[in-house]
Amino acid sequence: MLFELRDVSLARGDRQVLDAVSAEIHSGATAIVGPSGSGKSTLLRLLNRLADPDAGTIAYRERPLSGYEPLALRREVSLVPQLPSLLEGTVESNLAYAARLAGKELDAARCLGHAGLDPGFAARDVGKLSVGEQQRAMLARALAQEPAVLLLDEPTSALDHDARDAIEATLGRLRAELDIALILVSHDPEQARRLADRAVRLEAGRVAACGPLAEALA
Amino acid sequence: MSPSISVSLGQVAAALALVALAVGISFWRRTDLERDIVVATVRSFVQLTAIGYAIKLIFEADTIWLVVALLSVMVLFGALTARSRAKKVPGAFWPLLIGLAIAAASTLGLVVALGIFEATPRYLVPVGGMMIGNAMTASAVALNRLGDEVSESRAAIEATLALGATAREAALPFVRRAMRSGTIALVDSTKTTGLIFFPGTMVGMLLAGAEPTDAVRLQLILLYLLLGSTAIAALVATGLAYRHFFTPAQQLRELG
Repeated sequence: MLFELRDVSLARGDRQVLDAVSAEIHSGATAIVGPSGSGKSTLLRLLNRLADPDAGTIAYRERPLSGYEPLALRREVSLVPQLPSLLEGTVESNLAYAARLAGKELDAARCLGHAGLDPGFAARDVGKLSVGEQQRAMLARALAQEPAVLLLDEPTSALDHDARDAIEATLGRLRAELDIALILVSHDPEQARRLADRAVRLEAGRVAACGPLAEALA
Repeated sequence: MSPSISVSLGQVAAALALVALAVGISFWRRTDLERDIVVATVRSFVQLTAIGYAIKLIFEADTIWLVVALLSVMVLFGALTARSRAKKVPGAFWPLLIGLAIAAASTLGLVVALGIFEATPRYLVPVGGMMIGNAMTASAVALNRLGDEVSESRAAIEATLALGATAREAALPFVRRAMRSGTIALVDSTKTTGLIFFPGTMVGMLLAGAEPTDAVRLQLILLYLLLGSTAIAALVATGLAYRHFFTPAQQLRELG
């Protein structure tokens, strides 16, 4: 098992964002689905310790998440945020930065290829990329760290139909080509059906269903 | 260094004519600043008169400990004032206090060690006050900018943290911009000094009858000291304050 969450709760001010969430996340591809405001993105952020829960426990590979050094964990469990946010400079400088943090040798052409970008993008200034290209560059940057788990927060929400289909195809290829687990947040159950084989369905911060896709999205 | 001149209260009172003019202009153009101008005028009179007598006492006592006490009070009030302008920075007081204290101690220590000024109240009090005042403005501007930058760039900072970068690495671009905005005003005014405006010390010395070359040299020393003290204060304050935005687990804090 990849992640095991037990009675995880988190409040922001007066609002209970997550309320006694218990779920198991296995390797492969898992979708976290639910309506807007149901706590999906917050749950994702807990998995690489961008935030910690107020109560409950999360285990990663059978070990409590609190026992992992946060920086090392984030290099192994990499999160691609909903909106692209690259550092100033070129695509390659972003990839090199991520690879350096993870202590990996950078193969920019390979990372770009996995993210559906041709090697010519390496020298491009990030300020001159379209949103879809930036999202792919974010994906390539995460892959430069050779993570074991990729957390994707609404990876296609800022994109039009064609760009969405292209990213989905890219993610499908990633699963086939790399030994990498995907956990993606999506408000669209159809996207979950296209990309994942298991799902956690949240409603108002609580788990409404968890398990194989057919059961969780029934 | 210069012959002393005396200024009567009557002369100060006569200068109030210009304040009346400012109030009149504000009233005429409806800038709604009349009250603020009056408050500023009264406060400046009371505060400067009080500090004038305090400095007189310190000069007469001629002991270094009173100087240290006065400068410490200035650092404390400087940090409190700057904190009120850096509302978006959690726990801004200590970084400001430490920044101002280090800026004042290092610049004054240096001028005494290099033999530029004697370690007597006559030099240390006015020079120290000037350093602390400018360092306060620079560090307040820097932290104000830091607060704005971090609250506007939360997504970018978290995206960098998500790669396994440390809080320091994730905050670095914003700390740099904050430091720059704290020190750029003095750097720019130093570039144009003598061309567009005459700095206060030089004007004061010329009015007091000093030789222009003496006035210029003293002003240059003070300008260079100010560049040093503002840079040190902005560096220390931003370098300590950015940490308050993060938890020990390198997470960006949720701020109300």
